[in-house]
Amino acid sequence: MTGPIIRAEGLAKRFGEVEALRAVDLAVEPGTVFGLLGPNGAGKTTSVRIFTTLLTPDTGRAEVAGFDVVRDAVALRGVVGLAGQSAAVDANLTGSENLEMVGRLYHLPRAEAKRRAGEVLERFGLSEAGDRPARTYSGGMRRRLDLGASLVARPKVLFLDEPTTGLDPRSRLDVWAMIRELREEGITLLLTTQYMEEADQLTDRIAVIDLGSVIAEGTADELKARIGGEVLEVAPQDRALADDVASALQGVGGEAKVDERAGRVRIPVGGDAAGVLVEAVRRLDAARIRIGDIALHRPTLDDVFLSLTGHVAEDGSVEEPAPASSGRRRRS
Amino acid sequence: MSATGSTGGGRLRWGVADSLVIARRDLMKFVRIPALFVFSIVQPLMFVLLFRYVFGGAIAGLPAGLDYVNFLLPGIFVQTAIFGSTQTGIGLAEDLSSGIVDRFRSLPMARSAVLVGRTTTDLVRNLVVVLLMIAIGYVVGFSFGNGFVSALVAIGLTVMIGFSFSWISATIGLAIKDTESVQAATFTWVFPLTFVSTALVPIGGMPAVLEAVARNNPVTIWANTVRVLTAGDQALAALPTETLAGLILKSTAWIVAILMVFVPLAVRQYRNLS
Repeated sequence: MTGPIIRAEGLAKRFGEVEALRAVDLAVEPGTVFGLLGPNGAGKTTSVRIFTTLLTPDTGRAEVAGFDVVRDAVALRGVVGLAGQSAAVDANLTGSENLEMVGRLYHLPRAEAKRRAGEVLERFGLSEAGDRPARTYSGGMRRRLDLGASLVARPKVLFLDEPTTGLDPRSRLDVWAMIRELREEGITLLLTTQYMEEADQLTDRIAVIDLGSVIAEGTADELKARIGGEVLEVAPQDRALADDVASALQGVGGEAKVDERAGRVRIPVGGDAAGVLVEAVRRLDAARIRIGDIALHRPTLDDVFLSLTGHVAEDGSVEEPAPASSGRRRRS
Repeated sequence: MSATGSTGGGRLRWGVADSLVIARRDLMKFVRIPALFVFSIVQPLMFVLLFRYVFGGAIAGLPAGLDYVNFLLPGIFVQTAIFGSTQTGIGLAEDLSSGIVDRFRSLPMARSAVLVGRTTTDLVRNLVVVLLMIAIGYVVGFSFGNGFVSALVAIGLTVMIGFSFSWISATIGLAIKDTESVQAATFTWVFPLTFVSTALVPIGGMPAVLEAVARNNPVTIWANTVRVLTAGDQALAALPTETLAGLILKSTAWIVAILMVFVPLAVRQYRNLS
């Protein structure tokens, strides 16, 4: 296949009053990991649900592996896998029963479904727990089983909706390792995340999505290069003084971004960064603002997000109305 | 990679295969949580004991020659099947909120299979519960008095009543989606429907308005039919305008009508989930 394996043009979806997606365009090359990065309510889950045929777009079109999400929905479902907060396992079935069931529903012959269930359990370190009901699994084990279920039919394209949300750090690293392995095997992955670090670590390209629109796209390095130079980050001892810090430092570098919740100020600086640091300390001293922390660092995706949207990614306050099929689950 | 079956025959074959996979999955729940099954027996058992021994002595106007226990049990069978079918909607609501329905909808399986599998499971469970109720009935004095074939027809009719109500329940479950609300909503109509009928008491003692409702309630037709099938002529004698063939015809017509309305409704709601 040549050209993008996932393609979206002008996707829009509205839930009542809320525009969950407005004209989203995306293109994902085969064999890559694509990150959809944004806060809760940005439209990440809505996008994934459209790509996996759980939702139909109001306008625009999308294709996965050459299949149109509306016209060729049935064929499309045969070549994609879905895991994460949009899908689940049956708590009353054992690990291997869950995997076999999914294999059978992909229309694999019984023996083949059983064999692949065994392979997946082995691969995800669940062989010993394979005969226990999933109800008894830890959160990390359940997530691995969920990921495994999406792989039983060896999909060409895998959609992972917030694959590590709610996991402990150790389980998160396990899932990261699995995602890297799958990429090595040539599977195309689209994952959504609200964690900058995750996008930075795992993805080849990132689309930053906010309020239903893609506001930037590129590799992590390209996105960071948009800011250029370094970032001066200042945290006053008294968090409430973040705005005063910003006004005291007016003009030392680029435009200051204030994260009021964290009480931190970030200022992009080019050229003589060390000189800017000295100047900043002098000015804050003159303004009698006590410094809790001051540092220069390379821009992170947090800085990128902040400079693009004016708010930090993990601070999304817009909640999408939960699509009807699973009211109690959080959407993003 | 996977056969999705574009021909009509292929689609039907996969539809059946997928429904069986889902039915097996739904039945496993009762294997893994046996208490769920136990509770589906406790309620009808309580009704048998309460009505047989508490209300039984006070109930007047029974058909001549028919003991209350032989009047009651056929009604209990019908009521049990209808109550049991309410689990269909509750189970679907649970699956919606757990997210497993999203997984199913992302798979290349037949879209009807989740509903057909679930209603089939509830049919099997209803059959087992009704058989247990018959056994309990025999303990408290009930007996089939109209031959083996009639007994089989009575059992078949009873589970088909439950099956048709499973589709009503599925429609409600898919519309309301929240497990507790589905449970609450269900009992607001299931109780009056089964009580304002001849399922548990003869119609003669009711006030005129309720009597009119009860006469036209399909539960009355079903209870009368099952009663005639299990008790025979003594039950039929109390229904001077009816024949057994006519009762069976009317009972079946109601079941078919319910299925014709609620199968498409439930399937459409499932397809339109977002």
